[in-house]
Amino acid sequence: MNGVHDMGGMHGMGPIQYESDEPVFHEPWEARVLALHRAVRAWAKWTTDASRHAVELIPAPEYLRMSYYEQRLHALIELMVKSALVTRGEVESGKPAPGSPKTVPALIASAVPSLVAQSKPASREVRAEARFAVGQRVRARNIHPTGHTRLPRYARGKLGTIHRDHGVFVYPDTNAHALGEKPQHLYSVRFAARELWGEQASERDAVYIDMWDDYLEYA
Amino acid sequence: MTMRAAEHDHGHQTVPSDLTLRVKALESLLVEKGLVDPAALDALIDTYEHKVGPRNGARVVARAWVDPSYKQRLLTDATAAIGELGYTGGQGEHMIVVVNGPKVHNLVVCTLCSCYPWPVLGLPPVWYKSAPYRSRAVIDPRGVLHEFGLELPEDVELRVWDSTAEVRYLVLPERPAGTEKLSEEELASLVTRDAMVGVAKVKLPHTGANR
Repeated sequence: MNGVHDMGGMHGMGPIQYESDEPVFHEPWEARVLALHRAVRAWAKWTTDASRHAVELIPAPEYLRMSYYEQRLHALIELMVKSALVTRGEVESGKPAPGSPKTVPALIASAVPSLVAQSKPASREVRAEARFAVGQRVRARNIHPTGHTRLPRYARGKLGTIHRDHGVFVYPDTNAHALGEKPQHLYSVRFAARELWGEQASERDAVYIDMWDDYLEYA
Repeated sequence: MTMRAAEHDHGHQTVPSDLTLRVKALESLLVEKGLVDPAALDALIDTYEHKVGPRNGARVVARAWVDPSYKQRLLTDATAAIGELGYTGGQGEHMIVVVNGPKVHNLVVCTLCSCYPWPVLGLPPVWYKSAPYRSRAVIDPRGVLHEFGLELPEDVELRVWDSTAEVRYLVLPERPAGTEKLSEEELASLVTRDAMVGVAKVKLPHTGANR
């Protein structure tokens, strides 16, 4: 979707707000939100792609107003309601609905170290044809899907070169909507800065973007 | 300097007490329903506050500086080489290390959200997750570096890595001159988070601010 989250190339967002000796969390509630996210994810009710899309669905004015952890809190509630872990009424009242069953947590404290160290690759050991080869000129497709996509607007329609083939990966555009993993080749694609931004950019500079097969066409 | 002036405002416009109450209410609901274990939440927070952070990445960088065969492995299969030092887990499953040199500088961003290599750098700082950096790192990377106090000469090639997939990028900064006698541990202490994102260089302490 052409949401405000897709910010690459936008102007008017102000100066970078650097904080020296920044703490990991600024408020205790931020830490609780991060931990709640990870603990509820242990129920495996949604994918990382769906989780990212839930943040993108926050209306643009709200998205820009909210801090990162407010966005995460909003997305967590939406995902839990959608997957029926809680009802909206329960979130509003803060109390379990009368007669609702009490379950056993999917993540207990003793399992946290192994959960944190555990790798969950997004690559897949399946055969998929690579439509493009390293060194090949490609064009990013000029598409504007209304759902989740990881093809940034600033690259659409632009010419690039395949820099590296990462192998076969889950395709977020379908996976975010529970429409299957549709595994396909993922490439690092080099775009000259001048192709993206015109003559104002340095002729030496480039932006490298990870792109799936379905984002690309022959140039 | 704008960055310093902004230190007391990092985007928390909502009254904190309201969010504190909302999160407390949500947590107690989830605990009461048996969906989460509060001790597991404490353990997760302790992990990200105290155990995972940029010191991990700094050890990877220092090892690569002193051990050419490790550096080779890091450039061939970064995920495995970083795993050798014990750093694995979510947001680090598919690592790529990009190398800074006299004529090449690398900068990492996630324009679409805030993807960041957690096992080696920990949780991202607010500026990395915020609109000013995400919007401008791709269109005006030299201006962004200038704001961080880094002037990149025209003849240096700047490569910006937009983390749009599950691949995570770590910058291997240049080893500063005059560090030949330092131990691996001393070298690691010089390496900053910002240098591993690509918004700073690694400096000797006496040559200026080191963040």
